[in-house]
Amino acid sequence: MAHDLTRSNRAGWLMALPGAALIAAFIILPFFLAFAFSLTNQRLVSPNPTEYVGFENYRNMLGLAVFTLEPERDADGKAVRGADGEIEYPRLRKFTRGNPDYPNLRNKREWFGWRSGENRVVVLASDVVFMKSLVNTVFFVLVVAPVQAGAALGLALLINQKLRGINLFRAIYFMPVVVSIVVVSLLWKFIYSPGDGLLNNVLSAATFGAFEPRDWLGNTSTAMGAVIAMSIWQGVGFHMVIWLAGLQNISPTLYEVAKIEGSGRWQTFRYVTWPGLRNTAVLILIVITMQAFALFAQINVMTQGGPLDSTQVLVFQAVERGYGKQDISGGSAISVILFLLVLSISILQRVMTRERA
Amino acid sequence: MADVILRNVRKSYGSVDVIKGVDIDIPDGGFVVFVGPSGCGKSTLLRMIAGLEDISGGTLEIGGEVVNDVQASERGIAMVFQSYAIFPHMTVRENVAFGLTIAGASKEEKERKVAEAARILRMEHLLDRRPGQLSGGQRQRVAIGRAIVRKPRVFLFDEPLSNLDAALRLDMRIEIGKLHKSLGATMVYVTHDQVEAMTLADRIVVLKDGRVQQAGAPMELYHRPENRFVAGFIGAPSMNFLDVEVVSRDGNSAKVRSDVVAEFAAPAWREGIPTSGGAILGVRPQDLRPVESGGALSGSVNLAERLGIETVVDVTLRDGARVLASLAEDRVFEPGQSIQLGFDPGRAHLFPRDEPADAD
Repeated sequence: MAHDLTRSNRAGWLMALPGAALIAAFIILPFFLAFAFSLTNQRLVSPNPTEYVGFENYRNMLGLAVFTLEPERDADGKAVRGADGEIEYPRLRKFTRGNPDYPNLRNKREWFGWRSGENRVVVLASDVVFMKSLVNTVFFVLVVAPVQAGAALGLALLINQKLRGINLFRAIYFMPVVVSIVVVSLLWKFIYSPGDGLLNNVLSAATFGAFEPRDWLGNTSTAMGAVIAMSIWQGVGFHMVIWLAGLQNISPTLYEVAKIEGSGRWQTFRYVTWPGLRNTAVLILIVITMQAFALFAQINVMTQGGPLDSTQVLVFQAVERGYGKQDISGGSAISVILFLLVLSISILQRVMTRERA
Repeated sequence: MADVILRNVRKSYGSVDVIKGVDIDIPDGGFVVFVGPSGCGKSTLLRMIAGLEDISGGTLEIGGEVVNDVQASERGIAMVFQSYAIFPHMTVRENVAFGLTIAGASKEEKERKVAEAARILRMEHLLDRRPGQLSGGQRQRVAIGRAIVRKPRVFLFDEPLSNLDAALRLDMRIEIGKLHKSLGATMVYVTHDQVEAMTLADRIVVLKDGRVQQAGAPMELYHRPENRFVAGFIGAPSMNFLDVEVVSRDGNSAKVRSDVVAEFAAPAWREGIPTSGGAILGVRPQDLRPVESGGALSGSVNLAERLGIETVVDVTLRDGARVLASLAEDRVFEPGQSIQLGFDPGRAHLFPRDEPADAD
């Protein structure tokens, strides 16, 4: 039916306008603004005019230096040892604060270091908190992407069977996805709570009291692991459904061929199921990676980046800086770095998992 | 090589009976075609032989051994599917060698067997391609190659040519026929296409609603169909059926007539033909020929299809019944033209009236 509406170009554009304007105003514009702000000293509220500062924000965050501290030596040239027998080194601030001989160390702080013979090698960063959040985020992604994808595939294989009541299991596994991540984070905060939290109770009951209750989110060695575990639990159902869709796309006849050829369970998975899931796997890996890099709500609700920055992550830092410290340009710079990171990893994954024609 | 024997084989899904007691003997080295309209249970029966469907009742023997509860992979069968069922991510070589890979065969053995299968199917040049680069016919050839490599006792074909276009179907039909001769293996072939059945089979089993209607050599089914269903299903175009009255019956011959059929003596060897009363007369379109006068049937031409080598004439008889006549020549008929048709009484078929005749 040739109607005025379908032929008139102007009407079409008018109809698309509200949606397009919203997308432009809230997605496209902020995206470019983030790039622009990251090159200025823009603050949330400031009496001073905004100035272009080039890449200073990036330099302030990404600046790194390696410095070797030599021990304090006595007249014989032997290293001076303190009362506890440890070698004594000059204080770092001697080099980092206003020392004209070491301009590359100026205003940097110690990130981490190690012993090398009698010397001590120190890695200094302009922005230690940013570096920690970068490392934590990458660690989070490296653990969550394979574990969540693998667990989701396992669940999908389990529920891709013709069993009575299988839909109940599908619903149960999918439920955490439907619940808001903020609610889930609050619930898990209770589960992890020290003393009488659910996890501590279950573990001590299961070990007949041998297990010492601990503060899962208040301990630097367990906080990140706790966040990872609940994040995987929350998102696994979503990816299970995507895997399931991929599984159901594989022709049943291929399984019949495998059956006739005498293929075992593992061989069937290796030769029929997995190759048939190749495109799904690429999708899931990229989606999980992007979601994992965007980690924010769990940290915001459960740990606020603590304890001792052990759960600092990039998005939380971006928000913290932009709004907490009113440093919009710094927050924008983190956003841009995150964007470039996710983009390059997604491209890499796409190239590495590309189907050989 | 092995024979396949089905004894009172049944299949039910819950309370629905799909196969209702089937007895079929497939001789060693035979080529048996299951044919029937869709939903008749022919594919289910084949899948039961393959071990892809459980057998609800009766026994299935392959090579003298009851295999009701034997795994599909242990039955010594290979199956070729309508959808080809070849693995898109594997090359032709890997697809053909799939069973050997599963069985953990050595590289040399795979090479040798794949090369042999490729030679038989003349597809050596395709071995390193992927299925996406192959035509439908080539894909089906790969699927057949995978079956050959298994060296099965029984080949099972489930409508292997249905996804191919007409020209390719003819080629592949000839090829499958040749393959049967060169391998000498037992083959069971399912199709809804009676031409495939007639050309390939030593023995055709016509199925309808989960029961065997008739089993026999193609020409036996063509010339001596036991019931109207088989008569209507085998042969193209379908046999014409007309209501007639039996005037008198004398042993294997009955005098019949109707308002549009002049009285004549028809062979009446089938059971259930009354000595008087209603019956069904069956005449194949190929047995009808136009005559100048004195034809058994008269009516007017509805439509004539000229195919060059034959002319199919759709005739409306005086009482409104329609018959098709297939003439082995190119002739021009005008719509509306009156026509008389004659046939050899000896080639007519008489069926009892009270049996279902729908081919579809």
